Amino acid sequence: MHDLVNISIPDAGGYALLGYAVVFFGLILLMCVIMIMGRVMTRKTVSPAAVSPAASEAPAPKEAAPAKAAPGTAGELKLYNTDPRDAAMVMAIVADTLGKPLNELRFISIREVTEDEV
Amino acid sequence: MEIMGVLQKLGLESGFAAFFTTDGGWKNIVMIAIAFVLLYLGIAKKFEPLLLCGIAFGCLLSNLSYFVGMGNNALYHPELWEAFLDTSSPYYHSYGHIMSHCGLLDFFYIGVKAGIYPSLIFMGVGAMTDFGPLLANPKSLLLGAAAQLGVFIAFFGAVLLGFTGPQAASIGIIGGADGPTAIYLTTKLAPELLGPIAIAAYSYMALIPLIQPPIMKLMTTDKMRTVKMVQSREVSKTEKIVFPVVVSTFVILLLPSTAPLIGCLMLGNLFRECGVTDRLSDTAQNALMNIVTIFLATSVGATMVAQNFLNLNTIKIIILGLIAFSISTVGGLCGGIVMYKTSGGTINPLIGSAGVSAVPMAARVAQDVGRRYNRNNYLLMHAMGPNVAGVIGSAIAAGFLLSVFG
Repeated sequence: MHDLVNISIPDAGGYALLGYAVVFFGLILLMCVIMIMGRVMTRKTVSPAAVSPAASEAPAPKEAAPAKAAPGTAGELKLYNTDPRDAAMVMAIVADTLGKPLNELRFISIREVTEDEV
Repeated sequence: MEIMGVLQKLGLESGFAAFFTTDGGWKNIVMIAIAFVLLYLGIAKKFEPLLLCGIAFGCLLSNLSYFVGMGNNALYHPELWEAFLDTSSPYYHSYGHIMSHCGLLDFFYIGVKAGIYPSLIFMGVGAMTDFGPLLANPKSLLLGAAAQLGVFIAFFGAVLLGFTGPQAASIGIIGGADGPTAIYLTTKLAPELLGPIAIAAYSYMALIPLIQPPIMKLMTTDKMRTVKMVQSREVSKTEKIVFPVVVSTFVILLLPSTAPLIGCLMLGNLFRECGVTDRLSDTAQNALMNIVTIFLATSVGATMVAQNFLNLNTIKIIILGLIAFSISTVGGLCGGIVMYKTSGGTINPLIGSAGVSAVPMAARVAQDVGRRYNRNNYLLMHAMGPNVAGVIGSAIAAGFLLSVFG
């Protein structure tokens, strides 16, 4: 058994390599577990919609009215092609960049700009 | 009544006299000056103020009240903790001995020594962290792993500089950029180095906006930095609830020594996500976190007594800490560049730098640097994946080092 207190330099190199490998091994395994978990969950969410004929038609109206504001979003704020979560992030970034509290800023609308429009 | 005699006795017992009459009393003056500098950095420069103010004041209190040979009124007694750790002492691992002789800060320090405060801080971190970006892009975990490179390089460097194995492991973990993990591991492996390691860890975390951007610029091209990443998929509520249970089960079975940190991190996250424990989540995020931060910071600061702090090892630790941080950033960026190449240029390698924990500071730095090169680029949510992966990665690295050297 090697002396772990007065550790030699070759041993230290070995432990450093082994430790880095263990971190990778642990996180790669965790990544696989999360990917499998994600697939199972996604399948569970998607499968009822896939078997329902009514549900398969559901995406069409959603795409048909892209410019419609989400109902009741944050008072007067109108969201176009933007989900509330992204909007919250955008507002937080703007507040942070300006250095002003969020409650002192007024956002009228938020719209996603596509690559073509840029 | 001998007024002069009483006054003389009071004068000799005062701290002012102790600076000049006790062995190494001048060192206390130096430490008090260091405490003032740390207070300045915390208050005026806002370097991790929530922790640095407490650490600095703890340092101030212990160096005002503890002088070698005059420990009666001290708030912190290093000799009690030396006896606690000395296997040949009758008071080895005797909390009773500590409790019957302790000062206020010794009492606070019991929570550090027992590993309670870092674990509770992790619970608060878990309650504050949204693991959604990680769930949406599990490959982020690779960046969290790559960014632990500095931990092991600094460990090796510390052995080269003459530190023992457990001390080198404690120094290396500074590269994990995770204060509670660094404190937890150091308390277990090398408590005599707790003060300098905590100072190095928190100072460099505060300096991330200065340390990381030059390295990011050096390692990536303009083309890489302007890559705009596509929006990650939506993560369902059920996934977020199952995640802490799965991670706890998996990681603790893999490395049992990570149980206190990973267990508390994931418990806090479960409180946040399950939707039926909002009060507990709120307490873990705010009240509990704040209370524990006060105890943790002051007791860690108290360990910075002059006799333990003012030596060459402290300077070595400060230098190794900077190396560890920088190399961890390099490791994360290398991981990011590999992912950029293998993904056909759809992943911005800047998010790799967020693989060092330091949540959310490192992710914000990736966002800021990315926006400098493409004003319409919002990398924050993409960088949060590697960022929270880094927390898990550094806990695994600490668990490995604890298993080997503990």
